[in-house]
Amino acid sequence: MNNLTRRFGSFTAVDSISFDVRQGEVFGFLGANGAGKTTAIKMLIGLLAPTSGQASVAGFDVASHADDVRRHIGYMSQRFSLYEDLTVRENITLYGGIYGLTDAEIRDRGDALIRELRLESSSNERVESLPLGWKQKLAFSVAMLHQPAVVFLDEPTGGVDPITRRQFWETIYGVAERGTTVFVTTHYLDEAEYCDRISIMVDGRIAAMGTPAEVKQRFGAATLDEVFVRLVRPPAAQPSERA
Amino acid sequence: MEVRGVSKRFDATIALADVSFDVTPGELFGLVGPDGAGKTTLFRILTTLLVPDAGSATVLGLDVVRDLWAIRSRVGYMPGRFSLYPDLSVEENLSFFASVFGTSVDEGRSIIAPIYEQIEPFKDRRADALSGGMKQKLALCCALVHRPDVLFLDEPTTGVDAVSRREFWDLLGTLKASGLPILVSTAYMDEATRCDRVALIQQGHILAVDPPAAIAARYAHPLLVVHANERHKLIQALRDYQHAISAYPFGDEVHYSDARAGVATADIVLELRAYLAGKGFSGVRVTPISASVEDAFMELMGQPEPVTRAAA
Repeated sequence: MNNLTRRFGSFTAVDSISFDVRQGEVFGFLGANGAGKTTAIKMLIGLLAPTSGQASVAGFDVASHADDVRRHIGYMSQRFSLYEDLTVRENITLYGGIYGLTDAEIRDRGDALIRELRLESSSNERVESLPLGWKQKLAFSVAMLHQPAVVFLDEPTGGVDPITRRQFWETIYGVAERGTTVFVTTHYLDEAEYCDRISIMVDGRIAAMGTPAEVKQRFGAATLDEVFVRLVRPPAAQPSERA
Repeated sequence: MEVRGVSKRFDATIALADVSFDVTPGELFGLVGPDGAGKTTLFRILTTLLVPDAGSATVLGLDVVRDLWAIRSRVGYMPGRFSLYPDLSVEENLSFFASVFGTSVDEGRSIIAPIYEQIEPFKDRRADALSGGMKQKLALCCALVHRPDVLFLDEPTTGVDAVSRREFWDLLGTLKASGLPILVSTAYMDEATRCDRVALIQQGHILAVDPPAAIAARYAHPLLVVHANERHKLIQALRDYQHAISAYPFGDEVHYSDARAGVATADIVLELRAYLAGKGFSGVRVTPISASVEDAFMELMGQPEPVTRAAA
């Protein structure tokens, strides 16, 4: 993306951000609440037009080819993933159809997904009966059904137990190794360390970017938590938080 | 608060199974566990919104089933997620909650002051236009404005950024210092260390109740931090090691736990180094560490299985 900007009236939510994400990279997109992350992501997934600047995702311009962008990405968030009152199988069939897969593809990929997640005995259970960690894993796999080039994960591990959280990240590594680009936001700063590169947004701008090691070194910090605190609440500043 | 053998199920799902613990006056008590563990169900029982299937509980010496009306006027409750009126302003939300409890914002002002001063510049802003951190602070004010004798906060920091979470817990420390007993639930393991005591809960069962340092100290196996040049391969190699119980990433570290009880840690360090060198790793560092509450929770919870809750 290049000088990607979004204004709402006189308020600049995203202020001319520019960076690249490489294919197969696991990129951590961090920032405080209100920093502009959600607005930036909405532009990248083709849901909101930029005010100025440009971005392309999976090779398509987000402003002129938003439909193509949406067809070539996967998206998963806590608030927006599977249908709770449909079964595991039914969700796979539904999303497979939405993504334009053939019946054979839906069947074969669905079988593989269920096997990998060890959900054979639960495949005809309604999703609402699955523990949260399993819903998250399933939602991720479903977001990957059409083998998108880029997958956007919006706080995918919120509230999940610490073991399942780590297993989820192993799944993320797996898809990245096979060439999928993963763009993830998280409030868990230990998870930020698992990313190839991260960026931290403050007040609509990118305040830090690089590998976790680079970012920590630049700020003379031992952990990304320290960097985050320093950027988001500079000690001398007034509470000028954008509430 | 006294909780004795509380159980609750919803159709075939077991939400709580035989839960027991106490909260003493002036204590900041944490209920720590992932979503779905039963935290919200337990809170609803303790705030008299749900009746347990078995067991009993008292809050401020009052029975949660028999004395529900007496409890309700004395409890401050901040339910999970967003509990405010989105189209009312900060000031309007606060007035509303004060009036529901038969009091006024002025009467509650002194207790909410340290929190309210952080959101006061935005007092005319609609609640749905606030950031996550600000919403939580407002919700906390609304739970406190009627000067409750006990405070229940259900996952108050979920979905909020790391800095706002930290500030929220600083505020809780101030409240606790005033003598108010507080029961907080959270899925963030690091927040456990900010409580006087915690109950770890998973799938409706209590795994442990103790001060966080004591829970961490109970970690049953040798625990080591391992560094090497390739972290992903390192984790795999450690899991393949014959004495391994587990190897997990923790930020930029790897925590390895060993199955052997009687072996000196120094020997484990040497053997691990030799094993990893033999596997071709460079830059190997192995250091014994003390467990955190997160390590302890992972040890106590066992492997997560995809069974539906009825079978759990």
